Amino acid sequence: MTMQMTQPAPVATPPRRLTPGDIAARTTSHNSLRETISQTMSMAWRATKKMRRNPEQFFDVTIQPLLFTAMFAYLLGGGLSGSVEAYLPLVIPGILAQTALTACMATGVQLREDMEKGVFDRFKSLPMARIAPLAGPMIADLLRYAIASTLTFVTGIAMGYRPGGGVAGVAMAIVLTMIAGWSLAWVFTWVGTLARSAQSVQGISMMIMFPLTFMSNALVPVETLPSWLAAFVKVNPVSYVVTATRDLANDGTVTGHVGWALVACAAVIAVFAPLSVRSYKRHL
Amino acid sequence: MNHIPAVHAEGLVKSFGDFRAVDGVDLHVDQGEIYGVLGPNGAGKTTMLKMLATLLPIDGGRAEIFGVDVRRDPHRTRQLLGVTGQYASVDENLTANENLWLFGRLQGVSSRTSRATAAQLLEQFGLQEAANKPISQFSGGMRRRLDLAASLITRPPLIFLDEPTTGLDPRTRGQMWDTIRELVAGGCTVLLTTQYLDEADQLADRIAVIDRGRKVAEGTPDELKASVGNSTLRLRLTDAAEQTVAADVVRRLLGEDPVLSPESGRLNVALDAADRAADVLISLREAGIGITSVSVDAPTLDEVFLALTGHDTGDSVDPSATADSRQLEVAR
Ligand SMILES: Nc1ncnc2c1ncn2[C@@H]1O[C@H](COP(=O)(O)OP(=O)(O)O)[C@@H](O)[C@H]1O
Ligand SMILES: [Mg+2]
Repeated sequence: MTMQMTQPAPVATPPRRLTPGDIAARTTSHNSLRETISQTMSMAWRATKKMRRNPEQFFDVTIQPLLFTAMFAYLLGGGLSGSVEAYLPLVIPGILAQTALTACMATGVQLREDMEKGVFDRFKSLPMARIAPLAGPMIADLLRYAIASTLTFVTGIAMGYRPGGGVAGVAMAIVLTMIAGWSLAWVFTWVGTLARSAQSVQGISMMIMFPLTFMSNALVPVETLPSWLAAFVKVNPVSYVVTATRDLANDGTVTGHVGWALVACAAVIAVFAPLSVRSYKRHL
Repeated sequence: MNHIPAVHAEGLVKSFGDFRAVDGVDLHVDQGEIYGVLGPNGAGKTTMLKMLATLLPIDGGRAEIFGVDVRRDPHRTRQLLGVTGQYASVDENLTANENLWLFGRLQGVSSRTSRATAAQLLEQFGLQEAANKPISQFSGGMRRRLDLAASLITRPPLIFLDEPTTGLDPRTRGQMWDTIRELVAGGCTVLLTTQYLDEADQLADRIAVIDRGRKVAEGTPDELKASVGNSTLRLRLTDAAEQTVAADVVRRLLGEDPVLSPESGRLNVALDAADRAADVLISLREAGIGITSVSVDAPTLDEVFLALTGHDTGDSVDPSATADSRQLEVAR
């Protein structure tokens, strides 16, 4: 015998036809919270793979902290605080917030680019919670905020900054920056689902980012500002975050400012997360 | 029997501004069937599939997938479908393995099962060697196969395939056809779109012909081909000036108007059976008309179209103008 069956031939039964009962049994009416979280984490996993294969995505969180810390400290330090060393405790937390904001701006641009790819057609056709493709990459971006804030501190310390809050204070400041970055990223994610192209996301995000960072207390003390500007600076959520970060890093104390910063972050999420999901769904 | 149709749609409409891309299509696909939607570029095939797959809102009419209302219950609908789009919808940043694993995880398959199914599918589709290569190194045929594999990871009972073989070479295309047949043998229902009559003919149990967003014909491949004759005789005359005489000979013999292209001396005519070609050739010889080339082929989509709609598949052509020029040719 030259030919031998290695497997028994499949018995030819006619495939079973599905009844309404079968359909009800193999489908669910919505995603449970657990499923939603699992899907979000899978999308986060996808984003980390993407980051690892496109290392240029790390430029903004590596070059910018080094450049901005040195630039602003030497540029403004003498004028504003008398010396670079005296300015560092003021400016480092500010640059921290600024870098986190730039990093979350990239979230929106990348989401928009991603949404134009063929694979998003498949994501849309899957019974996946609509928040997962948005929240997943944002969770992966926590890594970017962590890198950016650590590098900012390292640069500052190299330039002579001695955070009074010690290791614990600095660690808490980094965590707060990550929370703030994640919250504010929802604003840019919303822009990402809204705009027509990645370029327009970039443009609109710049227009949001510049006033948010520069019209805050990130680089200058509020007292030096004209009253109309101070009014905006005081309600700007970035100012809350910067003040809270200063309290944590410089004094190591969890002040009321930290509480207010968290409230501001929660408010941003409460407004922009539902807006983003709604706008993403409309793309379908 | 208590079973339900895989797809049931009535009066589907999709408008883009004033333009109706899908204009009142009814569709009924039974379980276990391969149903082919045949139409030229721009006919509205993709738009129709996207509506059924919850990827585009349905503007008018209604659709059910296994009895589930697509508009009212998109989440349930998505759990019953695997969609393979016209353009590759896999992640370029991931390997084949990672893609399949991810799509399994996103649909609630456990990590371990997802990995096992991915390996099994990659083997079934002849991709195991490329399992850990980036997708950017894949050929067109490999991408299509991976795309189809990605739709199968949860073993959905209904698969949508949008032009599964457009752009593939004949060998890869044959492999894809075999794969589709295996799916159906395993109990799947397949709704596919195509621009090729031979593909619909090879695969589909039933075919709907779509033109400008409307269904212009429906039936088994045999029924459809019978409407244009089972094959087409194509002749090229030595002397283009003899075309009218030749056309008369053919008309008298077959009772059918041939299609002429005066500038090239070509003459095409539908045949009920391929062996009628011999009769035509003999009659032409008896009439003293010289022939430079002869072929008998299956009808093309163009010819089916011409027969069904009175215009060809050219996207931009105004139908009345085409019909007129055809009459002119015939009359000349
Ligand atoms: N998003 C859209 N906006 C405007 N017109 C569209 C859009 N999608 C498709 N169309 C038009 O609808 C028609 C049908 O397109 P499509 O369904 O892709 O055809 P097919 O898949 O049969 O080639 C085409 O004329 C196409 O230009
Ligand atoms: Mg198409």
